[in-house]
Amino acid sequence: MTSVIGVLFDGLAYGSLLFLVAVGLSITMGLMNFINLAHGAFAMIGGYFSVWLTQKTGLPFLATLPFAFFGAGLAGLAAERLLFQRLYKASHLDQVLFTVGFVFSSIAAAHYFFGAGQQFVSTPGFLQGQLRVAGVDLGKYRLFLIAVVILLTIALHLMFAKTRFGAQVRASVDNQDAAAGLGVNVGLVFSLCFALGSGLAGLGGALGVEVLGLDPTFPLKYMVYFLLVVVVGGAGSLRGPLIAALILGVFDVAGKYFIPQAGAFIIYVLMIALLLAFPSGLGGRRA
Amino acid sequence: MTLHEPIAIGRLASPRPRLAEILLWLTPAVAYFLFPDNLALGVSIMTYAVAVLALDLALGYAGIVSLGHAAFFGIGAYTAGLLTIHGWREPLTGLLIAGAVSLCAGFLGSLLVVRGKDLTRLMVTLGLGLVVFELANRMSGITGGVDGLSGIDVAPLFGVFEFDLYGRTAWWYSYAVLFGVFVFLRVVLASPFGLSLRGIREGGKRMPALGASVESRLRVAFTLSAGLAGISGGLLAQTTQFVGVDSLSVPLAAEFLVMLVLGGTGRLYGALAGTALFLIARERLADLNPVYWEFWMGVLLMAVVLFLRGGLVGALARLWARLRPASEGGAR
Amino acid sequence: MSGTSSLFSPEAGAALSTKGLTRVWGAFVANSDIDFALPTGARHALIGPNGAGKTTFINMLTGVLAPSSGQVFIGGEEVTGLSQEKRVAKGVARTFQINNLFPGLTVLESVLLAILERKGEGDRWFRPLRAYKPEIEEAMELIRDLGLEAQAGEETQRLAYGKQRLVEIALALATRPRILLLDEPAAGVPAGESAEVFSVIARLPREVSILFIEHDMDLVRRFSERITVLVAGKILTEGAPEEIMSDPRVREVYLGEGHD
Repeated sequence: MTSVIGVLFDGLAYGSLLFLVAVGLSITMGLMNFINLAHGAFAMIGGYFSVWLTQKTGLPFLATLPFAFFGAGLAGLAAERLLFQRLYKASHLDQVLFTVGFVFSSIAAAHYFFGAGQQFVSTPGFLQGQLRVAGVDLGKYRLFLIAVVILLTIALHLMFAKTRFGAQVRASVDNQDAAAGLGVNVGLVFSLCFALGSGLAGLGGALGVEVLGLDPTFPLKYMVYFLLVVVVGGAGSLRGPLIAALILGVFDVAGKYFIPQAGAFIIYVLMIALLLAFPSGLGGRRA
Repeated sequence: MTLHEPIAIGRLASPRPRLAEILLWLTPAVAYFLFPDNLALGVSIMTYAVAVLALDLALGYAGIVSLGHAAFFGIGAYTAGLLTIHGWREPLTGLLIAGAVSLCAGFLGSLLVVRGKDLTRLMVTLGLGLVVFELANRMSGITGGVDGLSGIDVAPLFGVFEFDLYGRTAWWYSYAVLFGVFVFLRVVLASPFGLSLRGIREGGKRMPALGASVESRLRVAFTLSAGLAGISGGLLAQTTQFVGVDSLSVPLAAEFLVMLVLGGTGRLYGALAGTALFLIARERLADLNPVYWEFWMGVLLMAVVLFLRGGLVGALARLWARLRPASEGGAR
Repeated sequence: MSGTSSLFSPEAGAALSTKGLTRVWGAFVANSDIDFALPTGARHALIGPNGAGKTTFINMLTGVLAPSSGQVFIGGEEVTGLSQEKRVAKGVARTFQINNLFPGLTVLESVLLAILERKGEGDRWFRPLRAYKPEIEEAMELIRDLGLEAQAGEETQRLAYGKQRLVEIALALATRPRILLLDEPAAGVPAGESAEVFSVIARLPREVSILFIEHDMDLVRRFSERITVLVAGKILTEGAPEEIMSDPRVREVYLGEGHD
């Protein structure tokens, strides 16, 4: 029984992290109908930036997190303005190919600068170890992760629901032309969303060094997971991807814990089944 | 007066070769004698070209973006490899069986793949690729796991030609298989089936209004494509006498895509040119440093998408059209 | 006329008919309880202001869209649950309001494709296209009939818009329909050429029953023998052109909408 709760807890932490990384992808896919297989590269940038800062400047891990967010966000902004923006009107095939190319290059670049090995960060002492709640040991770092993601989700929700920028994003997701007609600078909204999404991915990448690991193949290894969150959850919303990410996280952790010999097999089969059962996503507007 | 009709008929796809094509197919033979030390590269180009042609059928003609074609390639490779290990050493039947097994796998896959739209379809092919990779990894008792499958020993071709160390037999063997697959595709694509595939690619929404069942056509195209990819994999196993788990991996499927797009989709020759260029470039650049190669491959792919619509062969065709507008106009 | 239940006896002699056809999107009723019959050999116009549900109606007739309730009959046989392809096999063809062609195929290839699909040859792998002599001849004949001979070898995407509209019609005709549904066949065609499009339609044999959507009242008057007026998803009235044109309710709808 306790192992079930433990697995559930780990799965939720893992799922929250997936959501944090993938939420930006959901927004940009919903906005531009742009298939971006390179989203994981920005998570990787955030992760490496954080690791590099702790090593070079000796900053504590937690203090590097804002840098990971802004660094990946800036990288995302630059990539959107210089490259991805040219592909919004292109065919899905072109988008797939271009972003696959971006993944290859970023893997090679990461390999060149940081080597092929796994990276590590030292989390502060108060986040190490377990916390005993109602007879179950919960990892402190995972509790921290869940808390961060809950706060960020609330912040995102408020931003989309209450702010002017949020209204513009929602209008653009619904109907680009109409939004442009109302005076929304759709191009700017796209760029800012892309930057925000990349920043969140970068933050997720940094927070995830401890959980997901970090090496140059990161963007390829987790590509399926991020895409799955969006495709199953539905692009252009917060709730769908959140639910999808949590389900995915719990199933993946449970699968690896209870049937270790099946490995990633369960998640891939689950993915195909979900895709065929919900061809237009659990709760999104567009597939 | 009625020149229009013969011109229009002349533009229908035809399996009959033109002179330039016959010359083109002689170039590998020339290369065989000019570069006797590079036979292995030639074999690998011709082997992978079969898979890229197969992908062109799925992507370039039927419009199915597949990130899972390495699965069928790998299934063919393992089938051919396992056959020889378990005593079935005759190469031609081995290759056919490899193709048949991949064909069956492709048929099962096609039932899932053609149901979705764009992104869903891409994800399903990706999922299939990953599932098959995981399976091969888990079943290491049969597949050799990460160590791969070695000890593949193929009987002489026709009972006469040994697969020699220099790769001479392998070279002619893969040349013949590539040519056979090419001719097969050429015939298929010049048929009503080929025309209907192009119809689906160009106007999939209109096809049902003509009474055509799009899904069943796409299923056939995907299945055929998978079978041909399996032949390619079988060829790899027989000529290199080794099958690694890499031959099932998603990055390999992505490389097939890169080769095809580099050469140009939907024109068969694009698949040939792209494969040759890609593998030659890799041979040169990977000597420097494999990491560099991956970086430049990514850059190349992005550049092709942005600047070289229709790939290399597409660009050449445009150049050709620009150089001789006079004769085009005269014919009209 | 065939053995469908007499409970829903569709109008006798109708090539195509509907009973209580309804389509709802949420709270929006696009088509409401439409009873309609297209007699064999009809030249029937479907008119109505924008958003009246005309295209929705055609989409339900062809099977692109499933009705929320109601039935569709072809020659007395219920086809409500049949797919688009199956209805094409029963002789229903349509054109689209916005060109829905094969941009990269030549005109001949497009028409030949339609003919081969009609003959059930579309899944043949091994016979080269050029061996289909009678089919190519039939395609060329159709192309000549529509005045597209000079463009036969051109990719359809390179054709002028008016010519593309003719290819739309050629594709529909290539299926040898008994019932032809034309969704604004002259939409986007320069004013002088729209009569040309319609004269092609007028030359079709009488076995073909035609239902067309058109906004230009002049064309409607010249080419239709009967008119149905659709307003806000409901049939307002139906009758001969003179009746309809002088009907004050129709005039009100059109004048109120700012049409000519």
